[in-house]
Amino acid sequence: MIARRQFLCAAALGSGALFVAPGLALATVATERRFVFIIQRGAADGLDILRPLGDPAFAALRSGLIGEAPGTKLDAMFSLHPALVEVARMYAAHQALFVHAVASPYRDRSHFDGQNVLETGGTQPYVVRDGWLNRLVAMQPHTQDEAIAIAPTVPAALRGPVPVASYAPSALPNAADDLMTRVTALYDADPQLDPIWAAALETKGLATGVGAKQDPASLGRLTAGFLTKPAGPRIAMLETLGWDTHNAQSGRLANQLRNLDAMLAALRDGLGPAWATTTVLVATEFGRTAAVNGTGGTDHGTGSVAMLLGGAVQGGRIITDWPGLAASKLYEARDLRPTTALDALIAGAAAEGLALDPTRVGQKLFAQATRDRPITGLVMS
Amino acid sequence: MAQSPVLSAAAIALNRFGLGARADDPVPAVPGRWLTDQFARFEVRPPNFAALADAGEVVQRYREGQQAIRQMARQTIPAPATTEASAATPASPDLKAARKDFREDVQALYRAGVQARIDSALTTPAPFVERLVHFWSNHFCISADNPPVTAFAAAFERDAIRPHVLGRFADMALAAERHPAMLFYLNQVQSIGPDSPAAVRNPDRKRGLNENLAREIMELHTLGVRSGYTQADVTEFARALTGWSVDGLGAGRSQGDPNTFAFRPRQHEPGTRTILGKTYAQDGEAQGRAALLDFAAATATHIATKLARHFAGDTPPPALVARLADSFTRSDGDLPTVYATLVASPECWITAPTKFKTPWEWTVSALRGLGYPEAGQLQIAALQTQLGQSVWKPGAPAGWDDIAVSWAGPDALLRRVEAAQRLAAPFAGRVDARTLAPKLMPASLDTATAEQIARAESPAGALALMLVAPDFLRR
Repeated sequence: MIARRQFLCAAALGSGALFVAPGLALATVATERRFVFIIQRGAADGLDILRPLGDPAFAALRSGLIGEAPGTKLDAMFSLHPALVEVARMYAAHQALFVHAVASPYRDRSHFDGQNVLETGGTQPYVVRDGWLNRLVAMQPHTQDEAIAIAPTVPAALRGPVPVASYAPSALPNAADDLMTRVTALYDADPQLDPIWAAALETKGLATGVGAKQDPASLGRLTAGFLTKPAGPRIAMLETLGWDTHNAQSGRLANQLRNLDAMLAALRDGLGPAWATTTVLVATEFGRTAAVNGTGGTDHGTGSVAMLLGGAVQGGRIITDWPGLAASKLYEARDLRPTTALDALIAGAAAEGLALDPTRVGQKLFAQATRDRPITGLVMS
Repeated sequence: MAQSPVLSAAAIALNRFGLGARADDPVPAVPGRWLTDQFARFEVRPPNFAALADAGEVVQRYREGQQAIRQMARQTIPAPATTEASAATPASPDLKAARKDFREDVQALYRAGVQARIDSALTTPAPFVERLVHFWSNHFCISADNPPVTAFAAAFERDAIRPHVLGRFADMALAAERHPAMLFYLNQVQSIGPDSPAAVRNPDRKRGLNENLAREIMELHTLGVRSGYTQADVTEFARALTGWSVDGLGAGRSQGDPNTFAFRPRQHEPGTRTILGKTYAQDGEAQGRAALLDFAAATATHIATKLARHFAGDTPPPALVARLADSFTRSDGDLPTVYATLVASPECWITAPTKFKTPWEWTVSALRGLGYPEAGQLQIAALQTQLGQSVWKPGAPAGWDDIAVSWAGPDALLRRVEAAQRLAAPFAGRVDARTLAPKLMPASLDTATAEQIARAESPAGALALMLVAPDFLRR
């Protein structure tokens, strides 16, 4: 029986929502350069993350959300959300850049279709079967026969022909050797389980000594730990949840961004010298409505913001062909109009981050979306 | 698959349609009949579900406490200049302590709900129907991501899903969309018609529409994504739904029953709505209900596809989908009729395994197979989190995926092996895996599995190995 006490909670009911899937997936490739993709599942609000305070229409649309802390002013147009303290430092150190009014080719407003397009690199949901990150792994010369994955299962962006292992911190006790041996014998003849099990054992070897914590900073450190192992993985994917801020957005989004900020800082600090050769891409499936809805939140929209961070990123700038927020400029009279293709950003960032040819990467990762050339000049070679 | 075992019809009935065989289950003589006979045995409100603390009361007390503390703060602290400043005032120690108490109470209620769910799955006389409860609970899913939804999670399955699992789809849809868990989860309680009396009277509060529930009803619960509706249809449906709320949980309305639906006419957007070309001129609550019922009637293919995928395989056979959709439409969404069509369809009885078990399915079948009479001290909520499928917490309104690639991951597999060892340990010496395994998979056990079980170094190891053998991971 629950005791009768006084009950209280923050105005933000979503503050207890899970931020991390938790999921981290890694792939081993023969390079000292590293690439990390952080997906924001749930449609992160680009207009609140990188606020176009200089747009004359912004205040009327968003005054209710901004409150009294407009954030870190980056230029005459844009200010960064105040919760992104470390990201602002990276920007000041020219190690972070933002791409605004960006979107995948997807133009409807279903999370699951939108994430599928973002992760497969198709132009329509469920047309391309494998993920662009898996195709990126396939473009690398392999030092080891398998790619490694770490997270309970492999997210769609990393699914495909190249085997990818997965790992996430677990509190379960290790299995006995005899059980492990017999399981291996049983799975050996099973075409589905054999490669999965082999990948699990390989990752288990790599994972010795890592903690079981699942908070954002711990997962950032864990990711950095794998990325810095000799002959360890060089490509990683992290999943974050909880960006679907239909109500009480100002508290909820601040909490989400604090978590993201902590994860990115832990990743940077954990990588140490390797940060200099690491490129981190943060992106979401689509943005949110330009106007605040009736419940202090925003509904599903279109254009959003993406971030690129890392020691070699040519940062300290914002890339955008700003469409404006005047009513006549909005997409379908409600959303930030996308003017930059997320595909072109991903292709350019992945190629330059891993020292590959951008055109080839663009063709391989986004064969269906050929209209936009990869954005270049993002990462120093 | 090189080694696909040939499953007997009895094994398919017990494991693919049911929740997994128990050692003392008689082998079903007429497997199809064994399944449909369960419709008469299903227990709608098992004792452990019935005994759960009152979720509405828990949330209501929390709301009242919140108001009381706010009021106290207003009396003792000079009024701040702006509302933004008051929102930014740091929480007092009282406030923090009360919030912590509430979260702990909610977590305790959630854990008790999960134990009720597993105990029901272990003891049910109708495992096929119980599986369908889990199926529908995931279809109309809520996600326990914040305290109010977490408090209502078990009550949602008990009060919205279980009473209708053998009824009509439209009734289940109505119960699910009008349940407090759903109304909170998809932000419907806050959605207000912009031209409603409540909004017009308080123009400064700028309250208005939230289209979350409207969109997910159309996309996920009924019509299905890419079925032809537009953004304008979503917005119109959201307007039609305004006023749908929870009794006793609105501002200043702590008198009613906080476990029940309430319609608040003053928050309803006035006027006629047009959705998918059809005009809805109803006044008040009937407007959203009429649209929802129209969608429910048009949902046959969406539901047929999901049911076919759950039993016949990740890529549902088109002929089966068509047959189920036809059954759904002809019976006006009568679910037992649709289930009977499913049981009578040969696609569901192919002798190779069709599905890789989800973590929940695997845990339930493991506990049933080992002979757990109830979960007891086993913390199922924590176990499911470790296995990657937190109960009632998929994190997104689409619910958990029902395809192998979402569950057959390297780390996920390793965790099942670790969990198997722990689950099997208490039964070592009491249960012999060599005699148990053939009972759980009657006339179907793979010879390699039988051999490895026989050679295991310990009885506990043999039991654990049985639980993670390829034939036990699938159904």
